[in-house]
Amino acid sequence: MIIADRKPLGELLEMVKDCNRILILGCKGCVTVCNVGGTKEVGVLASILKIARKKEGRPLQVDEKTLERQCDPEYIAQVKDLVGQYDAVISMACGVGPQFLSEAYPNQRFFPAVNTTSFGGAVQHGVWAERCAGCGTCLIHHFDGMCPIARCSKSLLHGPCGGSAKGKCEISKEVDCIWDMIVKKKMEKGRLEDLTTMKPNKDWRTARDGGPRKSVREELVQ
Amino acid sequence: MSELKSGSNLEKVLRAGHFALTGECGPPKGANVEHLKEKFSHLKGMVDAVNVTDNQTAVVRMSSWAASAVMIQNGVEPNFQMVCRDRNRLAMQSDILGAYAMGVRNMLCLSGDHQTFGNHPQAKNVYDIDSMQLIALVKKMRDEGKFLNDEDIDVPPKMFIGAASNPFADPFEFRVYRLGMKIAAGADFIQTQCIYNMEKFRAFMKMAVDMGLHEKAFILAGITPMKSVGMAQYMAKSVPGMDVPESLIKRLRGAGKGKVAEEGIQFAIEQIQEFKEMKGLAGIHLMAIEWEHRVPEIAERAGLLPRPKIA
Amino acid sequence: MRLSYPSNVKVIQVPCTGRVDIIHLLKAIEDGADAVYVAGCMEGECHFLVGNLKAKKRVLYVKKVLQELGIEPERVEMFNLSAGEGPRFAEIAREMVERAKALGPSPVKIKKAA
Repeated sequence: MIIADRKPLGELLEMVKDCNRILILGCKGCVTVCNVGGTKEVGVLASILKIARKKEGRPLQVDEKTLERQCDPEYIAQVKDLVGQYDAVISMACGVGPQFLSEAYPNQRFFPAVNTTSFGGAVQHGVWAERCAGCGTCLIHHFDGMCPIARCSKSLLHGPCGGSAKGKCEISKEVDCIWDMIVKKKMEKGRLEDLTTMKPNKDWRTARDGGPRKSVREELVQ
Repeated sequence: MSELKSGSNLEKVLRAGHFALTGECGPPKGANVEHLKEKFSHLKGMVDAVNVTDNQTAVVRMSSWAASAVMIQNGVEPNFQMVCRDRNRLAMQSDILGAYAMGVRNMLCLSGDHQTFGNHPQAKNVYDIDSMQLIALVKKMRDEGKFLNDEDIDVPPKMFIGAASNPFADPFEFRVYRLGMKIAAGADFIQTQCIYNMEKFRAFMKMAVDMGLHEKAFILAGITPMKSVGMAQYMAKSVPGMDVPESLIKRLRGAGKGKVAEEGIQFAIEQIQEFKEMKGLAGIHLMAIEWEHRVPEIAERAGLLPRPKIA
Repeated sequence: MRLSYPSNVKVIQVPCTGRVDIIHLLKAIEDGADAVYVAGCMEGECHFLVGNLKAKKRVLYVKKVLQELGIEPERVEMFNLSAGEGPRFAEIAREMVERAKALGPSPVKIKKAA
């Protein structure tokens, strides 16, 4: 799912410094799964902001609501009569949420509460790691189910580079060298020729480099 | 391995069967041409070509192609380096043509250290294509006379293509295959990462020779003389892909105060003597970084002077 | 045991401190508590195995938040004791009351109009 981390409290307080009433909108999608923007986290952020503003002597009224998702117009429409009642609205969804809300309600300000980072999954309870870079041309079948575009710091297609040491990436001992893993798996399965054949240069047009992307299902468009 | 591809001095020396010697010079952190000239002046006539690094360790310096051009203007042959970190395929092809137009004839294709190491860690990294694909790109431009998109090049760049090899990175068993891939992609010559673990390097070279790689490309062994115990310890701990055996650190420490640098040079000379006789090696790549003024002495003591002059 | 502990400590009983969540600690501070503490079983003796360890992590999280907001993190604390340690319970209560007195009233209390 999409992974995000909550913005520092100082940044959030700065965003709402001229507000007296705000609404925090959570999302039951990805940000609930990575415990940063669901109902619970909305409650926690609301309490934190109230504490901070009480301390300043400028109390802040904070209302809370969590939507099913913030990436579908049907759910965005559900808060039609609500959003106008506030000085600003904080969205705890990924970068998509505040944008969909802003588009639907151009007369209100929507602030992002989280920094959206990557596509990934849980590797341990409480830890989520990046797995996919959204390059638009998936090639994990060539690498035994591992993606060098997302998981190699240099996105090499013919790795590992000379900085790979003891299975770790040169940039940090906390980062596994995905190429070390790919090579070992290929050697184990006797498929080394898969790696020694030249791969064509990547066509980055399907990635973000080619411009903002759109997916269309012809059979569904009315 | 008969007709010259680029006509560079390095290529001529290697093809004539001489044991080659290349040096290295990092461009200045500024447009200080005088400082650059002073640095490579020590190497003039002492080596067959001088590597010019490209924002090495992701620290911004004068560009490699510009420093290479200055070298050519002053009678020294450069080995122009290009990393994949900072340029996309458009800029790469463009810079290759530009470098060639300025007289550059040797080119080393590298991935490049990740920018988090350097002095501008906030930068966006490029890595449009990797070093393997860059080697193939230069070969396509030179031998087919075509750009990556198959359009014809108006005077193709005839470069002598080089690549790097690190026998000490992991996984060890795969390094020689990767070397084979670089040669198959078009590398004419190879320079290895600096060697300290002689036992591991001997094992690596044996594998390379068994695969016949030494017959397809010229392999040059990398040497960096140790200046101090501190340098040895730093390289052992903090430089990824570097293998410094404890025995070497002990040897340097045992040399005694003020005599460590001499011991480091002594070790380098012993390495050179062994490399001269080692099957599969075509030369030495001496990286005496920020120690360029000691190169003439090391080359002399190792019996590598005078350098051959080929017409 | 009929030991006494200060009367300004309001005790909220839970079946396990694992039930105590971040929001409970924050609400206490938000509503003007000068300090809030969690008293759980000795580590390794939790009837529900790791409830007290979860509580410990949550207390640490709230300490960090308070620090970020410029409020003394000592106003929130985690203690471990066994259910039979009556005197220790009273001792902790006294310790926290003294601590709260030393820190002064919570900066979050609504200032009464002069």
